[in-house]
Amino acid sequence: MKNDKGILHGRPKDPSALLDIIRDVQGRHGHVPEEAVSGIAAHLGLSKAEVRGAVTFYHFFSLEPRGRSTVYLNDSITSRMKGRAAVAKAFEQEAGCRFGEVSPDGSIGLFPTSCIGMNDQEPSAIIDGVVFTQLTPLKVGHLVRALRAGKPAQVLVDKYRDGANQSDLVRSMVANNIRRRGPVLFGPHEPGAAVRKAVAMTPEAVIEEIKRANLLGRGGAGFPTGLKWDFCRREKNPPHYVVCNADEGEPGTFKDRVILTELSRLVFEGMAVAGYAVGAEEGVLYLRAEYDYLRPLLESVLDGLRRENLLGKSIAGSRFDFDISIKLGGGAYICGEESALLESAQGKRGEPRNRPPFPVQIGYLGQPTTVNNVETLCAAAKIIIHGASWFNSMGSANSSGTKLFSISGDCERPGVYELEFGLTVRELLDIVGAKDAFAVQIGGPSGAMISRRDFGRRVAFEDLPTGGSIMIFGPWRDLFEIIDNFMEFFIEESCGWCTPCRVGNILLKEKLEKIMTGRGTRQDLADLENWGKMIKAMSRCGLGQTSPNPILTSLQNFPELYEAAVSKSRDVLPTFDLAEATLEAARLANRRPALEEVAHE
Amino acid sequence: MSKLRFTIDGKPCTAEPGQTIAEAAKANAVYIPTLCHYEGLPPVGSCRVCTVRSGGRYMASCTQVVTDGMAIENMVPDLEDMRRAIIEMLFVEGNHMCPTCEKSGNCQLQALAYRYQILVPRFPFQFPGRHIEAVAPKILLEHNRCIQCLRCVRSVQTKDGRKVFAQRDRSKKRKIDVDAKLAAGLTDEEVRKAMDICPVGSILMKEIGFAVPIGERKFDREPIGSDIEKGPER
Repeated sequence: MKNDKGILHGRPKDPSALLDIIRDVQGRHGHVPEEAVSGIAAHLGLSKAEVRGAVTFYHFFSLEPRGRSTVYLNDSITSRMKGRAAVAKAFEQEAGCRFGEVSPDGSIGLFPTSCIGMNDQEPSAIIDGVVFTQLTPLKVGHLVRALRAGKPAQVLVDKYRDGANQSDLVRSMVANNIRRRGPVLFGPHEPGAAVRKAVAMTPEAVIEEIKRANLLGRGGAGFPTGLKWDFCRREKNPPHYVVCNADEGEPGTFKDRVILTELSRLVFEGMAVAGYAVGAEEGVLYLRAEYDYLRPLLESVLDGLRRENLLGKSIAGSRFDFDISIKLGGGAYICGEESALLESAQGKRGEPRNRPPFPVQIGYLGQPTTVNNVETLCAAAKIIIHGASWFNSMGSANSSGTKLFSISGDCERPGVYELEFGLTVRELLDIVGAKDAFAVQIGGPSGAMISRRDFGRRVAFEDLPTGGSIMIFGPWRDLFEIIDNFMEFFIEESCGWCTPCRVGNILLKEKLEKIMTGRGTRQDLADLENWGKMIKAMSRCGLGQTSPNPILTSLQNFPELYEAAVSKSRDVLPTFDLAEATLEAARLANRRPALEEVAHE
Repeated sequence: MSKLRFTIDGKPCTAEPGQTIAEAAKANAVYIPTLCHYEGLPPVGSCRVCTVRSGGRYMASCTQVVTDGMAIENMVPDLEDMRRAIIEMLFVEGNHMCPTCEKSGNCQLQALAYRYQILVPRFPFQFPGRHIEAVAPKILLEHNRCIQCLRCVRSVQTKDGRKVFAQRDRSKKRKIDVDAKLAAGLTDEEVRKAMDICPVGSILMKEIGFAVPIGERKFDREPIGSDIEKGPER
């Protein structure tokens, strides 16, 4: 295809460029047509099946046309709580097609997508790469008509919001909603201070300082950062790499979006510090596709750092060389798992690797790699400036420092809060204005759903760990609907590699729906628990090992919810509905089901 | 390097450094059920049937390397029940009609079901709508039976390293895709190999389905795993 010669021209014949090429083709044609699949396969020395495999793995790539304008409407539970149904209906009416389809005139494609990191300003959607927040049916009508008339999405952004969101490089209606600035992330920062101080130390001393600070990974897993850097540094075969995991996909988290908007200098400094510590000369920021709108800003910040000699050759007068490039995802929650992220950064389907070996041994391009979360790298930079003791003076016994929380749901002030680790859930709810909270989801769907009984517990790695996602539900919410939405999310986002996660979650969700609709028995409750435990035990990666948590933690913390649902069912075998079972046969035989006769027997 | 010592269900075993648990167990005449695993291909740990437990942690024995002093739990009731559940999941996920399947008797999924004496799965059948693909001249791709073991993806490649079979989509939509043009270039011998390497009846070579009659096939003669349990031939 004539146009795609341009896209392939000058590209290295390197399969790791696959996703970048697919992204360009998708951007130009709205899909990846058959001719392009052939062209890409021939150029990179892959089979067409391999190219199709990469295209179909990601939300934002497609083999079929997705419309001249493509709407991706967020399907997170918070979006639903804030009126998604009416907004979706307005989209369908205006576009003249259902979600999952393209309008008959080919102008608008409507697609649902998993949490896009805007939970504090829902309902939100990504339209042709531009984020639209706080949508209403009225706004939707206006948007669709304008898009159909050929207006680019960017000119339809009616208001630029706070901070860097209004810079010429972003021009976004996304709001930061920074509600509480703490001393670590949002404390004063003299640009370059962390890198200059680090390169004056030995790499070993840098690692030692991070170890002494007891810095634990902020993505949620809580692995000690200093130890990870140490493992990576000890690997003998260079080159080493630093990869920043900017793929926050846990529903309800959006704090990394705010960090990348307002504190990207600090992130990149943290990456340079990590690079110096582990002995890397290259860093990669893996940015989730949903945050592609921040890329021009991030590239410009990188350019600035190069001009200031905080990146590039002989940084800050030392013998340390380090530079950073940005790699984009394609829409896949699983790519937040570090080995899946590395696969994706190498241009492949984002499927987790078998571990061990761990990324510190065999990581990016098969080399020793430290993969760290955005917030972790910021904290590391600050620790180098202010010292481990300063960091340890904040937080709880086993969770030093502060944490950025993404607060959403039924509260007065949703947004981002930097607070010390170790506060109780009740204290947190008071701060955000959620005194009547009934259930709180700590750590997103993969975390725990807790009830008022547990509001005295502490948010910290030693008690209730979280990567930052906190969703609050008032007493008027239907918890089953929330749990069901979470299970739907895991089913959608499972890569499907291993049996328990691919099949088990579907079976769990069916069982849950049987119970929610009043057709469940006590045996079904026992099955839910047993099957959930089995999926956790047998799954290959963190996704399957946590996907039953919405069900298991709600079973544990809201037993009355389930009890009430199964006590509704009076029959011995409530799954069996005679009328329903005989309906089709009766219709085929052209007669009415003779239910009265059965009842009289 | 000296041999590593470890135990499986208390039985003392030895392993070469770098050997996976599945390989080492086989060498010690201990059967750990496997399905996606195929000797000589890089392991993927996709089916999870070979899951064992060591130090309270669950691990796929086809991907996990033996470490010195490991105490592995294998044939314990709760683990066996979970393996059985995995096999049941594979049955309800697809459409498996053993009596009419060309692979019956040579099928490893069927053989495992017999070994685990599965009469009825505990899970409801999903009855997915799947297709049969006949895009390559010699190959019939029976998606109803595919269990996503990735053996074909791993093993069938062109001389310049292009994969004839690849994974497509994800989650429940995940399926095996075939590059029709590359598949058309496979020799009879290569197609036969692809069919044999498939543990179920998903990859079939056209026109030879019932060459060996049912009743005289591999697992008709003895249950899966019995060769391993007899121990290595001396």
